[in-house]
Amino acid sequence: MEEILIVKDLKKTFKLTAKQRKINKTNDLYKIAVDGLSFKAYKGEIYGLLGPNGAGKTTTLRIISTLIKADSGDVFVDGIDIAKNPDMVRQKIGFLTSELKLEDFFTPNYLYDYFSALHKIEKTLSEQRKNYLFKKFGIEDFKEVKIGDLSTGMKQKVSLVISIVHDPEIIIFDEPTNGLDVITAKSVTDFLIELKKEGKTIILSTHIFSLVEKLCDRVGIIFDGRMIKDDSLTNLTKEKSLEDVFFELYDERIGEKYE
Amino acid sequence: MRTMGYLIKRNMKLFFKDKGMLISSLITPIILLVLYITFLGRVYKDIFIQNFPESFEIDDKLINGFVSSQLFSSLFAVSCITISFCNNLIMIQDKVTGANNDFITSPVRKPLIIGSYYFSTIFSSSIICFLAMIVCFIYMGIVGWYLSVIDVLLIMLDIVLLVLFGTTLSTILCYPLKTQGQMSAVGTMISSGYGFICGAYMPISQFGSVLQNILSFFPSTYATSLIRNHTMRGIIFEMEEIGFPNEVVTNIKNSVDYNTYFFGNLVEVWQMYLILGGFIIIFIMFFIVFYKIKLRNRKKIS
Repeated sequence: MEEILIVKDLKKTFKLTAKQRKINKTNDLYKIAVDGLSFKAYKGEIYGLLGPNGAGKTTTLRIISTLIKADSGDVFVDGIDIAKNPDMVRQKIGFLTSELKLEDFFTPNYLYDYFSALHKIEKTLSEQRKNYLFKKFGIEDFKEVKIGDLSTGMKQKVSLVISIVHDPEIIIFDEPTNGLDVITAKSVTDFLIELKKEGKTIILSTHIFSLVEKLCDRVGIIFDGRMIKDDSLTNLTKEKSLEDVFFELYDERIGEKYE
Repeated sequence: MRTMGYLIKRNMKLFFKDKGMLISSLITPIILLVLYITFLGRVYKDIFIQNFPESFEIDDKLINGFVSSQLFSSLFAVSCITISFCNNLIMIQDKVTGANNDFITSPVRKPLIIGSYYFSTIFSSSIICFLAMIVCFIYMGIVGWYLSVIDVLLIMLDIVLLVLFGTTLSTILCYPLKTQGQMSAVGTMISSGYGFICGAYMPISQFGSVLQNILSFFPSTYATSLIRNHTMRGIIFEMEEIGFPNEVVTNIKNSVDYNTYFFGNLVEVWQMYLILGGFIIIFIMFFIVFYKIKLRNRKKIS
């Protein structure tokens, strides 16, 4: 299988403000968000990063997406070093979080053209892809309706389509179904399955076991910024459910912490 | 260029479609108009009339032309700056909402993004100011028109310069801001305070000498005086033409900040251009240096 994403010994520390130290009841000046994390993702698979809140999932995805820089470690996207060639990497990845940032005043049609221009996609090519994606995800009917007048589900569909205007090789989704109602969440998972069928690689961060079980080929379990387990879903769930495996690892980890 | 065009167009659309932002940018000119209607018009009139003996007869058209040209200059001295500030708040809003993450994860270089905020602010502010200028010209045409074609062209140049000045200043002040609270604090301070320090609400000549000397170090003083020189040049010329004594004309010029002094020395119009242009260049250079230092520090950290 072809490796499309390689994360090697990734580290990221954040400086804590006085206020954050007070909230976290700590005297430490820094918080280690990602602590020597390594994993690989193969072409055409859905890789899930599973972990509790504050485990370092979002930080890892933000580093891969070039939103923030790592303190140390390497990330290669399709063989390209993200630290050396972030612009090339950005052409190969699509990044989406559950937070919708689409401005209410604009229409899906305008936003698509806008993001397409940001990704420097040739106009005719952009039009073709827009028609294809809008038809496929049922956006055609409301493409000229302002975002502010759309339902959450419709907005989420627009967000998803916009995150892949440039037909990226890797699509990174940070908690894609967080805060969504069941119907919208279903349309998101269907969307991810569609993308997988198209041969895209998807990196998914979540703390929802059912989502991982439904979608992922392989899973990385993270606690405190460290990779605790990295295996295929089939291997992980051979004897126990994913939830049981997770909490077993979690209990071990908690035990280690307080020994 | 296509990407830059789209970024600029997006920022402009966002500004014009966000009625809240558009209205808040017009608050200062609205305040000025309300002040004018309630008492400022009368104050301007009194300042003008007090230069003449009681028995002296002055044409109403001249008085109205004088008052409206003073109001016009005040309006633009303050609007070009505050509108630019409100326009540039989009930059902070994008940080607050996280919309800038979408730009960062796309292959668009950061200087291009900053440049798009800068140019969209210039274009949007210029559109509003030029529209307001047309309205003001119509009003002046009704109450008393004394402007030549050259005056009109110079006023347009002043507006462009003032918008450039306001945009550059606001880019420096807004760039480090990250929260909604900081954003509204800066917006409120600029909207409410700038009119006073630039002499738009009340001519600086009416302030105490200490304050006058302090304000003479601010480029805003010369920005106001510059546009005032061009809106009032025609009417001052008319006063000289119909035989107003030189002393009276000089008094009028001093009282409305047509003449501006730096520690007793008269600042000429060409010097005002130099000051304003110089400050714009200094601010741009300051911003570039500040940005590069910030970038270098970030690289060091990572």
